[in-house]
Amino acid sequence: MLTQTPTPVNEEALKVRVEDVQLDITFEQLKRLVSPRALTGETMLMNMGPQHPSTHGVLRLLLELDGETIVNCIPDIGYLHTGIEKTAESKTYLKVIPLTDRTDYLAPMSNNMAFCGAVEKLVGIEVPLRAQYLRVILLELTRMNSHLVWLGTHALDIGAMSVFLYCMREREMILDIYEAVSGARMMSSYIRPGGLWRDVPTVFFDLVRRVLDVFPKRLIEYEKLLTKNPMWKDRTVGIGKISAQDAIAWGMTGPCLRATGVKYDVRKAYPYSSYDHFDFDIPTGTNGDVFDRYKCRMEEFNQSLKIIRQALDRLPPGPVMTSDRKVAPPPKHEIAYSMESLIHHFKLWTEGFKAPEGEVYFAVESGKGEYGVLLSGDGSSKPRRVHFRAPSFHNLQPINELARGHLLADLVAIIGSIDIVLGDVDR
Amino acid sequence: MGLEQKLGDLGIVTTTLERAVGWARTRAMWPLLFGLACCAIEMMSTQASRYDLSRFGMELMRASPRQSDLMIVAGRVSRKMAPVLRQLYDQMPDPKWVIAMGDCASCGGVFNNYAIVQGVDEIVPVDVYVAGCPPRPETLIDGIMKLHEKVRQEPLKKWQ
Repeated sequence: MLTQTPTPVNEEALKVRVEDVQLDITFEQLKRLVSPRALTGETMLMNMGPQHPSTHGVLRLLLELDGETIVNCIPDIGYLHTGIEKTAESKTYLKVIPLTDRTDYLAPMSNNMAFCGAVEKLVGIEVPLRAQYLRVILLELTRMNSHLVWLGTHALDIGAMSVFLYCMREREMILDIYEAVSGARMMSSYIRPGGLWRDVPTVFFDLVRRVLDVFPKRLIEYEKLLTKNPMWKDRTVGIGKISAQDAIAWGMTGPCLRATGVKYDVRKAYPYSSYDHFDFDIPTGTNGDVFDRYKCRMEEFNQSLKIIRQALDRLPPGPVMTSDRKVAPPPKHEIAYSMESLIHHFKLWTEGFKAPEGEVYFAVESGKGEYGVLLSGDGSSKPRRVHFRAPSFHNLQPINELARGHLLADLVAIIGSIDIVLGDVDR
Repeated sequence: MGLEQKLGDLGIVTTTLERAVGWARTRAMWPLLFGLACCAIEMMSTQASRYDLSRFGMELMRASPRQSDLMIVAGRVSRKMAPVLRQLYDQMPDPKWVIAMGDCASCGGVFNNYAIVQGVDEIVPVDVYVAGCPPRPETLIDGIMKLHEKVRQEPLKKWQ
């Protein structure tokens, strides 16, 4: 039998390797992150990112590898730190909305909704029912938009390129709807405190009906390509498992948490924007692996379509903006003859409306999980502090637990399955 | 002009080497697969089904800077990312070009704060600026066409 003598720790050699990976931490800090085997040179330290095709942006991972097996996976974030939370403090409540678009840029409407919901809660604004229903339609379309990019890139990472092209094709249908309502393909800023920017144009209904008609067939197409595909199953079943307790302890939400069997959805637990008026299920998984996360999201497509269908059929007539002129701009034609409207208009666009002192938390279920906004007002027209509880950040946290023991190639599948957006992680 | 008329239709075109090389360079530019933020999603849309960048021989995004000649800086560049971006640019072989896609890469956009580099031209030379937040795929394609025009007119000796 071959007996191995333990290799002595060669600190000098390791220090050179620390310089190789170019981390902004000291050698002592690195020693706490990697296993003792890295100190003897038994395992290898390797960089992945920030420029890497399958890190979904600029995520950087420091990998400790034993051959091809991952021993430790240490995320290094901040490559897309934009200072959105700090910038928001110097803007009026209305002007923060475009910044929220750019946090999780795959689900702009969900972010708008979370922020506007927080402002509405702080100021105490009632939103008309038509606006609430339209919001629900748009939020569900946003969820589908987010999931489509997830499915496309996730499949592309694992090697199914055609799925990516199909998903982007379907995504264009949703972007057409965005463009029709807000004028922009991605950064909509359409949801405003008190309702919506304007009522939807008539073409909106045709476009949404088209999605409802076309999408179920396309969904079957994706399922045919992937769900029973043995190659897809080889790459996803049993990979990146996490238990329900661990997932809760790490703060995971959204499909990642539901894949472990926990039936938590903000839309059901703390309904907002009249989600309690609609009938839908929360799909859950059992194993909490990459395949279950995939199954959960695929089922969410169906549930989203179900909600949109209900909201579209029951859409009430009426205004889409609250009548409270302290927060809602007056209609353009009124400005011509009403002095008071003119003053309101001027005050709103120069100074903005004032919010009372206080602190509120408002969360929505975005495509990635619980997207929350902690808003603190100080009585002025600008927030004292805005904090975004970004689902991607919390879902990224357990990456070490998810990846440990798997092969390097499986890491790509794991990153894809937790569906992170770096704009959301770094903000 | 004169030569083709004298010889008849022999399938021969006379041109200068500069113009031939410039034309060849525009036919198969390989962009670096380098998405930063929101604009990267529009860049993906540009490559994907509806806008189909392969019409211009550019659908092949290279993940390695050493195999690419065009860097599309798609998104905001944070101060932490700036040295990485410069390193990638240095790793690209000559001749190379840069498109600053979107307002953030062009001038900082809506983010005039401590975290964002106010225009990527502070770190790398930029050939074409594409406006928009994010630019529509049509706008990006227009920017690429502008770059092609520019490349076709570049003299040969510019690259050492």
